[in-house]
Amino acid sequence: MKSYDLIVVGAGIVGAACADCASEAGLRVALVEPGPIGGGATAAAMGHLVAMDDDPAELALARYSLGLWQAMADLPQAEYRRCGTLWVAASEEDRARIPAKLARLDAAGVAARAVDARELYRLEPALVAGLAGGLLVPADAVVFPPAVARHLVERALRRGTAFYRSGASHIGAAAGVRLHDHSELSGPVLVATGCALPQLLPGLPLRPRKGHLAITDRYPGTVHHQVLELGYADSAHGEADSSVAFNVQPRPTGQILIGSSREYGATTPEVSLPMVRRMLQRAFRFMPVLRQLDALRLWTGFRPVSADGQPYLGRVAGRRDVWVAAGHEGLGITTSLGSARLVVDLVLGRRPAIDPQPYDPARVAR
Amino acid sequence: MSAPVRLQINGHGVEVPPGTSVAAAIARLGLPFRRSVQGHWRAPLCGIGVCFECRVRIDGLAQQRACMLPVREGMQVWTDA
Repeated sequence: MKSYDLIVVGAGIVGAACADCASEAGLRVALVEPGPIGGGATAAAMGHLVAMDDDPAELALARYSLGLWQAMADLPQAEYRRCGTLWVAASEEDRARIPAKLARLDAAGVAARAVDARELYRLEPALVAGLAGGLLVPADAVVFPPAVARHLVERALRRGTAFYRSGASHIGAAAGVRLHDHSELSGPVLVATGCALPQLLPGLPLRPRKGHLAITDRYPGTVHHQVLELGYADSAHGEADSSVAFNVQPRPTGQILIGSSREYGATTPEVSLPMVRRMLQRAFRFMPVLRQLDALRLWTGFRPVSADGQPYLGRVAGRRDVWVAAGHEGLGITTSLGSARLVVDLVLGRRPAIDPQPYDPARVAR
Repeated sequence: MSAPVRLQINGHGVEVPPGTSVAAAIARLGLPFRRSVQGHWRAPLCGIGVCFECRVRIDGLAQQRACMLPVREGMQVWTDA
């Protein structure tokens, strides 16, 4: 039986980052993935690197990760572009949320500033008239997530990581995994399988939350920042069965990614035209010019949602050598690099750079 | 015979019979249509709205299929020339 210092299960961006980080620390690593690298939520995601501030633990992990993302800024295939995030206030009520948001970002060391209506239209002339203002986070960026996942895996492979193109069917009583081809690997296990987490760790609650995205043809110069409505958090953190929010992103090609939708209970991947219509109508309300543009493709993906919205990062309760890094919902690209570093620090008995307690899987008793 | 339609293609005035497609009007001037992402020249292949190789900017809106649109009086067309 082959033996490793760490068996990472799952090569989405989180598992890829874990394999990269563990191999960099000198561990003998195995990476187990039956599908394409970064082929799940990683491939479906927008790739927005964003300092989400609605929860202190979420912001701490995002902030830590955004610092680590700087190392990817010059990697050509990452398509890293620091376009900033422009949060748009649709109403005076929205605008009243800006000072508190600024204070939270400031406390976390994230540079941001309020934008009045005049500057808002200078920054994004295509926004609908009559908006109240907004908030700009200049250092936020966008990347192409599957290419980053591939890069991280290739780097781990160059350091000697063994790659198993098979699924893991079972975690052993002590540790180790059995693969679908019935071979067995021994050693500590780190499960990073996103929405598939319950197959290996049924004790950790996880719900898939479906999302839709559209991408347009190339219209360079139409959108300059990642632009979201300030009410986005109501959609992201609300418990509604379905919700939509205005969220658009300029790709380096001049294409525009248009989101976003969130649905619980939808478990099959087909595009729902009523949901797309709702999502696009929301986007057209904020940016009417989008209505005239051609969309090239619509797709869906599933965000892995934990019991309380925070990822599970750390040792699985009651298991000495079983670790988890999963449940990042819609923030898994942003927080992948920090999550990996944090978990690998814990595996190695090192003290992580940020307090790991809020993400400890032991908080979920079941 | 009905009066010709006058339009502008890359700033040049053109007159064509009504019902002419924008693609035919551009082809008459012998202008290139668009460039691919890699910078290669592209021109209409199918003429029925499927290949998307005839896309041009019309009255300010980019990525419109020239083969699918008849000319209109005063139309402003810009190819990627």
